[in-house]
Amino acid sequence: MVIMSAFSPGQPASGENAAPNQPDLAALLRASARGDERAFAELYDATSRRLYGLVVRVVRDPAQSEEVAQEAYLEIWRSCARFDADRGSAMSWMMTIAHRKAVDRVRSAEAASRREQTYESTTRERAYDVTAEQVERDLDSQRVRRALESLTETQRGAVQLAYFGGYTHTEVAALLGIPLGTAKTRIRDGLIRLRDTLGMQP
Amino acid sequence: MNADIHGLSGAYAVDALDDVERAEFERHLGQCPECQDEVASLRAAAVELTHASTVTPPATLRDSVLQQISTVRPLPPVTPPAGEDPAGTAPVTSLETHRRRRNPLVWLVAAAAAAVLAVGGLVWSPWESDEPPPSATEQVLQAKDAQRYEKVVDGARATIVRSVSLGKAVIIADNMPAAPEGKDFQVWFQNPDGEMVSAGLMPHEAKPTVSMVLDGDASQFTGAGITVEPAGGSPAPTSDPVVLFEFS
Repeated sequence: MVIMSAFSPGQPASGENAAPNQPDLAALLRASARGDERAFAELYDATSRRLYGLVVRVVRDPAQSEEVAQEAYLEIWRSCARFDADRGSAMSWMMTIAHRKAVDRVRSAEAASRREQTYESTTRERAYDVTAEQVERDLDSQRVRRALESLTETQRGAVQLAYFGGYTHTEVAALLGIPLGTAKTRIRDGLIRLRDTLGMQP
Repeated sequence: MNADIHGLSGAYAVDALDDVERAEFERHLGQCPECQDEVASLRAAAVELTHASTVTPPATLRDSVLQQISTVRPLPPVTPPAGEDPAGTAPVTSLETHRRRRNPLVWLVAAAAAAVLAVGGLVWSPWESDEPPPSATEQVLQAKDAQRYEKVVDGARATIVRSVSLGKAVIIADNMPAAPEGKDFQVWFQNPDGEMVSAGLMPHEAKPTVSMVLDGDASQFTGAGITVEPAGGSPAPTSDPVVLFEFS
């Protein structure tokens, strides 16, 4: 099991860039801000599986996911200089941009009709890539899975529907059959518990 | 109100707010260091969930990303305001930025929030390579005196956000059904005499979300309503309102 270093300003928040064989994502972002395209390529290679994985999980349709991931990387490139290590890890910053784009896409009217439930069939068998980092990643997955298990069922459902489903808290309430206004509390409580179980500090 | 908006931090961190709530929360976030910390930590926790869903993207993605970045200039860092207005430093949150410039103390707090705000702001214009000025709708949503009035009718939710200082109001409708055949939904302002003045027609088709800036000086009115009118609208309402808002 990977022990998380406490999450504090300026420290990497996850094992992603703490591992010795992982590039320093924050440094790559700073280089990219100065127009270094090679640094950005390295950043892409270090992050694309997780970023694209998140986008596919939310958007599902592979063609649209590719568009959204591309938009996310362009936005990351444009706003590299706005990344502030005091506000969280580079990975967290990049994933936040990607998540927002994915959510915007699934909520747009056009996507609503085109979105298909193909996520399971297209990605299930390649959800894990066989690479040198597999072992480390599996450990991270286990750690996260255990943390998820510490949530109540409603908290877990609310967090997953919101984060991976891209639903608003109002929609989450309807999906879970809980009163309006309760879902936002469940999402917040669930995330707080997750954060604390993972050993990250506010 | 503040205790209430505080509780939106989790939903905000995972993008589970609608546009109106998001704008409201971002306005709050600029002034609440605790929420900034909380949002950052909850986002980091949510991101941890993605360890189990990595997927190798198609090779074409890498090619197109690397090809496109060479045509896009990275934005400059956010710098504290000098005497004048440096073009291009204000992302879509420029109203916030202008407000900060007036008060150097607010700037200090706001600078800490810049990363958060930048993320919040920049995604408003996902497909633009240049920063557009905030739209009229965004200006109203971000206005300091923005007031919000919400009604739910048969699963559809209509929200009017009004800024008296801007003299503008925006209506945002979620899950709005299509107007009946040959009819349109028309929005009205009510003046202090109780008279209804047309504020525009809603789009005819059913849409998950509609947002529209209302015609007329919103600061002059005491309420608003929606009626079903013959296609193309009427000079005055010809039916009872489906929904009525009273501005307080």
